[in-house]
Amino acid sequence: MKKCISLVLILAMVLALAMLAGCGKTETQTLNVYNWGEYISDGSEDSLDTIKAFEQWYEETYKKKVKVNYSTFASNEDMYAKLSSGAVSYDVIVPSDYMIARMASENMLLPLDFNNIPNYQYINDSFRGLYYDPDNKYSVPYTYNMVGIIYNANVVDEADAGGWDLIWNEKYAGNILQFNNSRDAFATAQYKLGLDVNSEDKSTWDEALAELKKQAPLVKSYVMDEIYNMMESGEAAIGVYYAGDYFTMLDAQAENVDLRFYYPEPTNYFVDAMCIPSCCQNKELAEIFINFMLSEEPAIANAEYTYYASPNSIVYENAGYQEDLGEETIAILYPGIEEFKEKYNTYAYRNMSNDMLDYINTLWETLKIN
Amino acid sequence: MKTASKIYTALIMIFLFAPIAILLVFSFNASKSLSVFSGFSLNWYKELFKDTETLRSVRNTLILALSASVISTILGTAAAVGMDKLRNRAFHATLETVTNIPMINPDIITGISLMLMFVFVGRLFGAATSLNFGTMLIAHITFCLPYVILQVLPKLRQMDRSLPEAAMDLGCTPLRAFFKATLPEIMPGIVTGLLMAFTLSLDDFVISYFTAGNGFQTLPIRIYNMTKKTVTPKMYALATIIFFVILTLLLISNTIDTDSDKKGSGK
Repeated sequence: MKKCISLVLILAMVLALAMLAGCGKTETQTLNVYNWGEYISDGSEDSLDTIKAFEQWYEETYKKKVKVNYSTFASNEDMYAKLSSGAVSYDVIVPSDYMIARMASENMLLPLDFNNIPNYQYINDSFRGLYYDPDNKYSVPYTYNMVGIIYNANVVDEADAGGWDLIWNEKYAGNILQFNNSRDAFATAQYKLGLDVNSEDKSTWDEALAELKKQAPLVKSYVMDEIYNMMESGEAAIGVYYAGDYFTMLDAQAENVDLRFYYPEPTNYFVDAMCIPSCCQNKELAEIFINFMLSEEPAIANAEYTYYASPNSIVYENAGYQEDLGEETIAILYPGIEEFKEKYNTYAYRNMSNDMLDYINTLWETLKIN
Repeated sequence: MKTASKIYTALIMIFLFAPIAILLVFSFNASKSLSVFSGFSLNWYKELFKDTETLRSVRNTLILALSASVISTILGTAAAVGMDKLRNRAFHATLETVTNIPMINPDIITGISLMLMFVFVGRLFGAATSLNFGTMLIAHITFCLPYVILQVLPKLRQMDRSLPEAAMDLGCTPLRAFFKATLPEIMPGIVTGLLMAFTLSLDDFVISYFTAGNGFQTLPIRIYNMTKKTVTPKMYALATIIFFVILTLLLISNTIDTDSDKKGSGK
C-alpha cells in the first residue's frame, strides 16, 4: 500500500516537472504583451476594448485565431528586471525612452521590420530619430508627455504662477508636493537653476541638492501617485506632475478646488514606445499588433483613455478626438509639436553611468533623511 | 472602569473597521475621486463587470488559490500522518523544523529562490520561458504546506491512538482504518489548514510577483501595477464584493461549527 502511494506521489512530481518543461509550446497563436498598468483602453466607460478588438480583427483578416496574454508592470525597472531574468518571454513591450536606450545597448531589443508596420508613416517627424533610437530601428512611439505645475487657483495667487519659482515660494509653505523619486525631484531644481539634468559633473548635482534642501521645509510631502488624492481633495495646493495626469485630477476635483496647470520653462519630456524584446516568440505577429495599435480606432481610444499626448497624426488631427477633449485640453497637451525634437533632445533624461546613479541616490538619501 | 473598557473596545473596533468602512462607502462614489464623496452611484460596479482583464485576474487568483490549497492540504495531511508515525524522535524533530522553514523564511527570499530554481530547471530542459501557471502553483503549494502540517499534526497527537488499532483489530485494512477512524478525528485540523492555505494563497503578493509568468496575472499584482496612473474606484467595488463574500463564508462556517458543537455536547 505504502509503495503504491509513494508511486502516485512520485508520478505527480514528475508530471509537475513536465509541466515546467513543456511551457511555451502552445498550439494556438499567442501574443504576450507587457505594458504599464492602466495604459490601454480597456472597455470601461464605453471605451474600446483594445485587446478584444485586436483578437477579432485578426481573426477576420487572417482567418486564424490569436490569443493575447496581456500583463502589466509598474515601473521600467520592474519590467527590465523581469525580462533580464530570462524567466519570461514577451512579444511586445512598452518601455520609456531611457530604458529603450539601455536595452538597445544590451542587445535586448530586436530591430523592427517596418514593412509589417505601414502605419508608422503617421508618426510625426518630430518623434523620429530621438536620442534613444537615433536610427529608428527599435521603437514605435506610443505616448509622450511633459511635466508641468498643477495648482489650486482658490489658494494660489495667479500672479505667483509661472516658472519653477512657484514650488519654492515661501507663501505656500506646507502646501507644496514634490516628486518622491530622485531623478524627477533633482530635475525640478536643475531646470530652475538652468543646469543640465544629464550632467556627469558631480558638483552641479550638489548645487541642485542645496536648492532642494532650501525647498524641503516648504514641502508638505514627497509623493508619486498619492498626488491624485491630495490635489483633488485640496489637501495640497501645488504639485508637479504630468499634463495627462492633470486632466485625470481635473475630472475628480472636489467642489471647492479649482485646479489649473502650466508648463514652466524648461521642463521634462518622456516618450513611451512599443518595442519587441529579443525573447520574442512570434515577431511578425508582434509587428502586426504594433501596426494595429497605430490604426485609427485603437489609437484614438488609447489616447483618450490615458490622457497622454499621441505622436500619431491620425489621432491629433482627428476632429472627433479634438472635440472629445476640448480646445483647452488640446492646447495644453500639444504645445508646439515643431519644437518638440530639439527641446526633447536637450532636456529629457538620459541613461547615466552607474557611478553617477549611485551618487545621485546618495544625495537623495541625505535629503530625505534630514 | 466599565466605561473606560467600553471606550477602549470601541476604539479598537474603529481602528480595525474604519478602513473597510471607508472603502465600502467610496465604492458607491459617483465621481472618480478617491477622497471626495460626490453622490451615490452603482457606476463602479457596472464598470468592474465590464473590465475583462480585472475579472480575468480575479478568476486566475481563485483558480490558483483553490488548486494550491487543495493540493497542499492533501500533501500536508499525508506528510503529517507520516511524520506522526515516525519512531525516531530526532528524525521527527528535524523533519518538523525543516518543514517550518518556508513559513519562517521571509517571503521575498522564498520568492527569489523559487524563481531562480525555476529558471535553472527551465534552462536545463531548454525551454524558452520557465515561468508559467505551473511554477506559480508549485510556489504557492510550497508556502502553504507548512501551515497545513502545523494544523494537522497536533490533531493527530491529541487523537486516541487505540481507535485506528481497534479498527484494524476488527478487520479493517490500514487504509480503510485511516479513512474510517483517523480521518474523521483530524478533520477539524484539515479544514482549518485548508482555509488557512486558501487565504494565504489568495492574498500573496511577493512570491507570486517573482514566480508569475507570461499573461497569468493575479489580482494583487494587477492592483500593484496600477500605480503609474491611479487605482480606480473599480478596485474599491471589487474589494467590497470580496469582503462580503468572505464575510458570508465566515458566517456560514461559524453556524456549522456551533451546530456541530451542540451535537457534540449532546452525546
